[in-house]
Amino acid sequence: MPTSAPTMPAARAGSRTPGSRWLQTEAGKGWVTISPPLIYALLLLIGPIIVIVANSFWSQDYLTIDRSFTLENYKAALTEPIYRDLLFRSLFVSVTVAFVTVILAYPVAWFVSFRGGRYKGLWLFIITVPFWSGYLLRILSWKVILGYKGVLNETLLYLGVIAEPLSSLIYNVNAAIITLAHSWAAFAILPLFVSLEKLDRSLLEAAADLGDGPVRRFLRITLPLTAPGIIAALMIVMIPTVGDYVTPKLVGGKDGVMIANAIQVQFGKASNWPLGAALAVSTMVIVTMVAGAIVLLIAGLKRLVK
Amino acid sequence: MRPGALSRRLLAAYVIVYVAILYFPVLLLPVFSFNDSATPKLPLVGFTTKWYASLAGNEAMHGAAWNSLIVGVSAALLSTVLGICAARAMTRHRFRGMAAASSVIMAPLILPEIIIAISLLVVLLGLGVQLSLLTVILGHLLICVPYSVTVLVSGFEGFDPSMEEASRDLGETGFGTLRRVTLPMLAPSIVSSLLVTFTISLDEFILAFFLSGTEPTLPVYIWGQLRFAAKLPNVLALGSILIAASLLMLTAAELFRRRAERKMELRP
Repeated sequence: MPTSAPTMPAARAGSRTPGSRWLQTEAGKGWVTISPPLIYALLLLIGPIIVIVANSFWSQDYLTIDRSFTLENYKAALTEPIYRDLLFRSLFVSVTVAFVTVILAYPVAWFVSFRGGRYKGLWLFIITVPFWSGYLLRILSWKVILGYKGVLNETLLYLGVIAEPLSSLIYNVNAAIITLAHSWAAFAILPLFVSLEKLDRSLLEAAADLGDGPVRRFLRITLPLTAPGIIAALMIVMIPTVGDYVTPKLVGGKDGVMIANAIQVQFGKASNWPLGAALAVSTMVIVTMVAGAIVLLIAGLKRLVK
Repeated sequence: MRPGALSRRLLAAYVIVYVAILYFPVLLLPVFSFNDSATPKLPLVGFTTKWYASLAGNEAMHGAAWNSLIVGVSAALLSTVLGICAARAMTRHRFRGMAAASSVIMAPLILPEIIIAISLLVVLLGLGVQLSLLTVILGHLLICVPYSVTVLVSGFEGFDPSMEEASRDLGETGFGTLRRVTLPMLAPSIVSSLLVTFTISLDEFILAFFLSGTEPTLPVYIWGQLRFAAKLPNVLALGSILIAASLLMLTAAELFRRRAERKMELRP
């Protein structure tokens, strides 16, 4: 892009210092333009996260924070059965939700990309709208559906499928998984759709000309080439769900408590910030490791298919 | 029927069932909000608007609605301004470190909200900041900016940078170009960004829950009411209003986004 330097008032005071010359370069202009949102994110997101990481190495004695380095919080977070169980359960829930969501969403993304025609935008809009509206209310709605006297039980009773209401529908891990999978379904479609759109259709035609059937074409071309979209969709669902707070609270019940609930307690009533910080950091580190493992796994599978 | 046609129909049927399940819980609340029964259950008993009528005299709810409005409007305006900066840098400038800078700005999209909430909470309390609507706005800005950027990047990609250059070459100042060329070209995307970010702020619960202090936003108010089983029908009525408002704003945002796309088609 041609710079508009000649039209700038060249005689402006201080325009010859190296700093202001840098501001006239492409990089300088870029950094200046991006600086307001960047500084905001650095101050209110990255800074606080660093503070949380620092907190996780401190300890708390009643109301005072002792800033000498300790690993006690991590020891507690990773070895105490209650926290270990919550961490494992949260990971199990988030990985399950991610895979369920992506497997169920893939055909829909494929449909919109390959059969959507002129209405691709409309389809995407229709599918993503529920995601944008009412996080809390959607979860509440699942409580109404799955509850002991809920819609599902009443319907099954009415149809004579069951003789008395099932108590196994709500307040367990499955209820949390169903609710979360529904919450994130729409969001998973987007990365899948984008990667399907990028897929070069002539490859499929070539494979068809060479005698590959639809199943082989899908397994050997579509699936491997959309692996980046699958990975993105898995991550975009898995990482936020590991820290979900409301779903376990409203539909998870006693058996569906997740790590976010334990973190919240440490920053609320029980108030042990360093321990809460260690729980939060451990969760993030472990979920990142699991995410890395999934990426490697999918890369390995991709090579296997070829 | 050829096997291809059959699998095509199966897929179409699957997509329809999928979309129906996506919408079912969202549309269930409004159905029960008009049901003349103290608990949401089938079969429906009778039609009533009394749950909505009782909201009219509910002072606490009005306060929460007002709070949500203040937070939503502030978050929408500020995040759209920040979003314009970020989207402009991402589409109009190439520089080393841009990918890193963008991922910092977009990070809240993928981080668990509880992590954002507790980090911000610890720092604000550590600095001695009183929790208020302002702190909620600060938090909402973080999560609204990435969505605003997404909407605005396509807006910037939609118009030719040479129009701005032409304006400057014709003697318009930088600010004049911004006001008379860039912003009018971006207008549909800006409106779309405002609507989307307002909706996100309106629906957001976790950050508001941690950062709101004594002034609840609507979702925080609803959360508080969930403790009382008797209040459930009122919550359903309020929730239905919120869902309807969100749907309306998102539809409007989509219409503006399409308008921006049509503008793009007018490109030479």
